[in-house]
Amino acid sequence: MTGAAWLELGVLLVLLVVSVPIFGNYMARVFGGGSAPGDRWFGPIERLTYRICGVDPDREQRWNVYAWSVLAFSLVSILFVYLMQRVQGHLPFNPTGATGVQDPALAFNTAVSFVTNTNWQNYSGESAMSHLTQMVAFTVQNFASAAVGLAVAVALIRGLVRRRSGTLGNFWVDLVRGVLRVLLPLAFVGAIVMVSQGVVQNSHGFTKATTVEGRTQQIPGGPIASQEAIKEAGNNGGGPYNANSAHPFENPNAITNMLQMYLILVLPFSLAWTFGRMAGDRRQGLAVLGAMLMLFLTTTVLAAVFETNGNPRLTHAGANQAVTATQGGGNMEGKETRFGSATCGYYASITTHTSTGAVICAHDSLTPLGGMMPLVNIMLGEISPGGLGAGLYGMLIFALLAVFIAGLMVGRTPEYLGKKIQATEIKLVVIYLLAVPLVILAFAGASIVMTTPQHSILNPGPHGLTEIVYAFTSQANNNGSAFGGLTGNTDWFNITGGFAMLVGRYVLIVVALAIAGSLGRKKTVPASSGTFPTNTPLFAGLLTAVVVIVVGLTYLPVLALGPIVEHLNL
Amino acid sequence: MRRQLLPAIRILAVLTVVTGLLYPLAVFAIGHVAFSDRADGSLVRRDGRVVGSSLLAQAFTTARYFHPRPSAAGTGGYDGTASGASNLGPSNPALTTAVRARAARYRTENGLARTTMVPVDAVTASGSGLDPDISVANARLQVARVARARGLPEQRVRLLLDAHTNGRPLGFLGEATVNVLDLNLALDRLR
Repeated sequence: MTGAAWLELGVLLVLLVVSVPIFGNYMARVFGGGSAPGDRWFGPIERLTYRICGVDPDREQRWNVYAWSVLAFSLVSILFVYLMQRVQGHLPFNPTGATGVQDPALAFNTAVSFVTNTNWQNYSGESAMSHLTQMVAFTVQNFASAAVGLAVAVALIRGLVRRRSGTLGNFWVDLVRGVLRVLLPLAFVGAIVMVSQGVVQNSHGFTKATTVEGRTQQIPGGPIASQEAIKEAGNNGGGPYNANSAHPFENPNAITNMLQMYLILVLPFSLAWTFGRMAGDRRQGLAVLGAMLMLFLTTTVLAAVFETNGNPRLTHAGANQAVTATQGGGNMEGKETRFGSATCGYYASITTHTSTGAVICAHDSLTPLGGMMPLVNIMLGEISPGGLGAGLYGMLIFALLAVFIAGLMVGRTPEYLGKKIQATEIKLVVIYLLAVPLVILAFAGASIVMTTPQHSILNPGPHGLTEIVYAFTSQANNNGSAFGGLTGNTDWFNITGGFAMLVGRYVLIVVALAIAGSLGRKKTVPASSGTFPTNTPLFAGLLTAVVVIVVGLTYLPVLALGPIVEHLNL
Repeated sequence: MRRQLLPAIRILAVLTVVTGLLYPLAVFAIGHVAFSDRADGSLVRRDGRVVGSSLLAQAFTTARYFHPRPSAAGTGGYDGTASGASNLGPSNPALTTAVRARAARYRTENGLARTTMVPVDAVTASGSGLDPDISVANARLQVARVARARGLPEQRVRLLLDAHTNGRPLGFLGEATVNVLDLNLALDRLR
C-alpha cells in the first residue's frame, strides 16, 4: 500500500477521534432526560409531534411495552413500504415511469429490508422504484430504522445504569429525538456537501444525451443526495442506483468518499462514548471503544492489503497490477479508478463493521481473502463499531458474556456496572448469540442441498458457496451488502432472506430489551476486591478475545470451505 | 401491541412528512440555488446539445479518442439505466478469459508488443460500469494511437493529457485519474 493510502486511513481516524467525544456527549444529553443543546429549536417541534400523535412524553415504559412499541412501529412501517412499492405506478413524482412492483415476494423482501435497517436489494434502483418511493418509503425508513436501533441501545444503557427501576424510557420520545436531533441535522449537512461535489439532487427522470461518438445515453436523476447522506449516517446502505456508492452520481470523488466513510462510522463509535458518559464512568465507554477499534483496524487494514496485492490470475492473463506512480494498481475488477484498491478495501470493511452495506466496489469480485474480511466483519455481528445502536447493544451483550466467563475463571458472581449477571441474563445472552448463526447456517445449508437455489449462483466452485453464505450472513445481520453475482430475486431467496432479516432484527431487539428490563430492576452492588473491573485495557482485550473465539467457533468451518479453499486454489 | 398501533401510525405519518418530503425538498432547494449544475448531473453540452455527463463514462471505440474502462452496465456497456459490475469472482475462468481477450485487443489497438503487461484498469470492468476515469498509465499507452489517428504530434497529445491529469484530491485521497470525456472533448477542440 502507498503512503497516501495509509494517510487516508490515518486522517479518517483523526477525524473520528476529534468527533467522538463531541457527538458522544451530545447524544448523552439528548437521551439523558435533562436539558439538551437545541431545546429552543427542537422543543416546540417535539411537543407538537407528541400532541399530534397522542403520546405522553413523560410516561415511561416497562421493557415489554417498549418492545411492543418497537414491533408496532416496525409492522406499520413494513406495511407502508410494501404498499408504496405495489402502487407506485399510480402515484405522482414518477418521471422514470416505474411500474408497481409486481412480485409480492420481492416487495416483501424490500419492505422488510428497509425497515430492519438491512437494505438488501433484490431489485435495480434506476428502473424498479419511483422517485416518490425512494423518498417517502425508503428515505424515511433510513431515518426511522436507524433511530429505532439508537433507541434500543439507549434503553439497554438505561437498564444497565438505573437502579431498581421498572422502566427504560419512552420509545416514541427516543425515536423522535433520535431522528430530529441526531440524524436529521447530520444528514442535512452531509447532503449539502455531497451536492456541492456532484451528487445529484433533481426531479428528472432520464436525460437523453447524444454522445460524442453519436450513441444515445440515458443519464439518470432523482433525489439522490438527500438519500445518500442518511444512507451512510444511518448505517442503511441501500443505494438509489444499482451500483450503490460505486456510482459516480452517488459518490463522485475521493472527497465524498471520505465523507461517506466518516458518516458511516461517526455515530456508532460516538455511541460507545455516550455509554461511558451515561454510565458515569468515561473509562467504561473507552474499554468498549478499545475493543471495537482493535477488531475494526485489523480487518480494515487486511482488506486493503489483500486488494492492493491483487489477483495472481489477472497477472497471468496479462494485467499489470503493480502499484506505481501512474496507476493505483491492485485487483481492479469491480472497482473504480478514482478510489483505487486500497480505499475499496477500507470501505468494504467499514461498511461491514457497521450494518451499512453500501459498497464502492463489487464485493463478489474481491480477492478471496479480501472478500473474506467483510464476511468476517458481518459474522462478528457488526459490533465494531456496529450498526447505529445495534452495534453497541451487540457489544454490550458480548461484554456480559465476557464478565460471565471472567467470573467463572475466578469463581465469583459476575458483575457489570455493579449489576449482578445471573442465570436470567446469561440465558438471554445465549439466545441472542445463537439466533443469528442458526438462521444463517440453516438457510445457507438448505440452499446448497436444494437444486433451485443453486441456479442463482454466478461463480463456480467454492466462490459459489461464499455467495450464498454471504447472502444470508448479510441479511440476518441486517447489513445489506452482497456478493452481487447471486440472483437474489427468486421466491426462495426473497422469502427466506426476508425471514432472516426479521429474526436478525427483532429477536435480538426483544432479547436486548428483556436483558435491559431485568438489569434495570436490580440494585447496584458496590465494587469489592473480587469485582473484575470492566473499565481497563485488560477488559477490552478480554472482550475482543471472547468475540473472536465465539464467532470463530461458529463460522470457521464454513470460511474454510469458501474463501480459504478458493484462496489456496488461486 | 394494539394500544401501540395508533401512535405508531401517527408517528410514521409525521416522520414521512418531515424526512420524506421536507428534508429532500430543502436539499433540492439549496442544491438548485447554490450548485445547480452539479445537482442536475454535471451535464456536458456541446453546441447546446447534451453530450453526456462529466461524471459518467460513455463508449468511445474509434482510434481518435481515448477509450474508457470496460463496462458491465447493461448489455452493451455504459448504460445509464443499468449501472453495475460484472460480479465475476477472482477464481472464475470467465474473468481470466475476458481479461486475456481485452489485453490482446488493447495491445493490437495501441501497437504494443505481445509481452507488454497492460494496466489493470484497462482490462477490468469497473464497479459502476460508468467509471468516468482511467489511470495515467492507461492513458499514456493510448497517446501514440490517438496522435496517429488525428495526425497530431505525439508531444501535443501528451501535453494535453498532462493538463487533464487530476492528482489525488488533497494530495492523498483515492487515486490520480484522467477523465476520459473531458480529455476527448479537449482533443476535439485542438485545431
